[in-house]
Amino acid sequence: MATDATRKAAEGLLHALPLPEGEAGWAREARAAARTRLLEAGAPARRDEYWRFTDPATLTTPLEPVAEGVAEAGPGTTPFDALDAVTQVFVNGQLRADLSDPLALEGVAAGRLGEVLGQDITIARELFGKLEAAGHEKVDRPLAMLNTATAREGLMLQVTGEAPKPLHVRHAQVGEGASVLRHLVRVETGGSLTLLESGTPTNSVIEVDVADGGTFRHIRVQTGARAPSAAHVFARIGEGAIFQSFTLMADGQLTRNETVMELAGDNAKGHIAGAVLGKGDAHLDNTVFVTHSALNGESRQVFKNVLEGTATAVFQGKIFVREGAQKTDGYQISQAVILEDGAEFLVKPELEIYADDVACSHGSTTGALDPDQLFYLTARGVPRKAAEAMLVAAFADEAIDEIEDETVAEAMRAAVGEWMAARG
Amino acid sequence: MLEIRNLEVSLEEEDKQILKGVNLTVEAGKVHAIMGPNGSGKSTLSYVLAGREGYEVLGGSAELEGENLLEMEAEERAAAGLFLAFQYPVEIPGVNNMTFLRTALNAQRKARGEEEMSAPEFLKLVREKAKELEMAPDMLKRSLNVGFSGGEKKRNEILQMSVLEPRLCILDETDSGLDVDAMKLVSEGVNKLRSPDRGFLVITHYQRLLDHITPDVVHIMADGRIIETGGPELALRVEKEGYGALKAGA
Repeated sequence: MATDATRKAAEGLLHALPLPEGEAGWAREARAAARTRLLEAGAPARRDEYWRFTDPATLTTPLEPVAEGVAEAGPGTTPFDALDAVTQVFVNGQLRADLSDPLALEGVAAGRLGEVLGQDITIARELFGKLEAAGHEKVDRPLAMLNTATAREGLMLQVTGEAPKPLHVRHAQVGEGASVLRHLVRVETGGSLTLLESGTPTNSVIEVDVADGGTFRHIRVQTGARAPSAAHVFARIGEGAIFQSFTLMADGQLTRNETVMELAGDNAKGHIAGAVLGKGDAHLDNTVFVTHSALNGESRQVFKNVLEGTATAVFQGKIFVREGAQKTDGYQISQAVILEDGAEFLVKPELEIYADDVACSHGSTTGALDPDQLFYLTARGVPRKAAEAMLVAAFADEAIDEIEDETVAEAMRAAVGEWMAARG
Repeated sequence: MLEIRNLEVSLEEEDKQILKGVNLTVEAGKVHAIMGPNGSGKSTLSYVLAGREGYEVLGGSAELEGENLLEMEAEERAAAGLFLAFQYPVEIPGVNNMTFLRTALNAQRKARGEEEMSAPEFLKLVREKAKELEMAPDMLKRSLNVGFSGGEKKRNEILQMSVLEPRLCILDETDSGLDVDAMKLVSEGVNKLRSPDRGFLVITHYQRLLDHITPDVVHIMADGRIIETGGPELALRVEKEGYGALKAGA
């Protein structure tokens, strides 16, 4: 519930971002409902339990939209550049068709959010704001509400077949201010898509509905010098459907990623993994909320954090098993290697279980690299820094191995290697 | 080749002196054995020479070919030609055995200003040496020492030694955990490396390894010092009479 202060902060956020115009009635209703939710919840504040480890101040400062025309240059490089993908480039929160591939991918019907919200499209109506609205069980996610209320740009993807290559959504920001993106994904039965995502809009939300027997894979990189950002993924996984996500998060000032996933159908699989590389005063937060609502669901959370300087990594991971969700298999591991004193890893694992025939486990470790392993490697002539890089690569690999596609996994390994090499 | 003079070492954390003035010279082409009871300081000596952290040198010196070992990092000692075959080779999940060895070899070569070895050349060399040690090819592809039996780990140590071709080989309790067949294989691997320009320091608790690797000189270590030095017959005497008798006589 909002206090006077957090309601004021929420009003400030809404005020800074202009109301979209010319939308269909159902879209306006979804916006209005989200505004109401946000004003009732209030903006996140430090004393909220859910924000105990991450100060939301930089995320709740009202920012005007970043200017559209600023970026003429291309958006630089990403670890995905060598992969064959259909790339859609967003600069400062705006789709840049001139920098993008034609939006055409076999098995996928794609449209722009702005256009979709102006029409009466059933799938869009069933998705937009719906998974977000359902994703506040136990805790509010006000920044996602803000996104539903204000986002004007993004993609709507309906996946009816097996997409032969990934779709890459790439975002670059060159100006000061807020960039807001919203993507809607519906994977139909038998459909399959890998979505690559790079860059960090100030506020982004993806709603993904994976129908029975569908497959959705999400690989995301958030690297380099970046402004503070909050990203939410809301996923609903149907019967026998698969959702897999991997995020590589490196450096930047403050990044909060929330993944809210419901295993809604029997025999659903949801895997969420990530590698976090933090130096300087980076603050990198992975917050995961997994709900098991059906029989025989399998969820995995695997997060590896490598930290130096005064970097902070946060992992909040919850497994929530509803009554009747028997034979649930829920697994969670979060680990950190601290390369220098001064860095820290803050962890909050949580299990909440209302079914009696389940197997759920969580574990977490924090420590330095193993001195015996380091000695063994250096005693064979491997220089100290290279030995550290070998051990870090092996450590991060345990998360990267969760990626199905070996080409993508290699790209992630290379990115980890580059980060370690850049330590000098 | 290796010159140790009055070496005194304590544990950094415990302020407990382990080595109390060790004197030892290993000449090129010779095999020196150090025998001694548990806790005599044998393994500490090997770790201090190889550059493990956690020890404080209180006095004395250790030089390899005239270079001061004690001022060098572990990797510099390796590049200078020192090799320690570990008593307990460390398991490193996720680090590929061959990738590791090639990285180590080329890092040493680079440090010495030599040309790096190409991948095909390296592969050929490693396969040849592995075959001599009767190592299954899949051991090369696995994570470093992970899931290896005690004997396999020791064979992997000797494989590394064969590929890296060090000047001075220190074998720390290489016989521990080996059955008779494995001991024979490992010893053969070591004996193949014996050459006029390479020195060996073989640390062992039992005489049995020395049946396979015949030493030129045998030292007995007790309570942080070398208390007796002799020929191979000294090892046999230890086997017969035990360390107690020697200590009493020293």
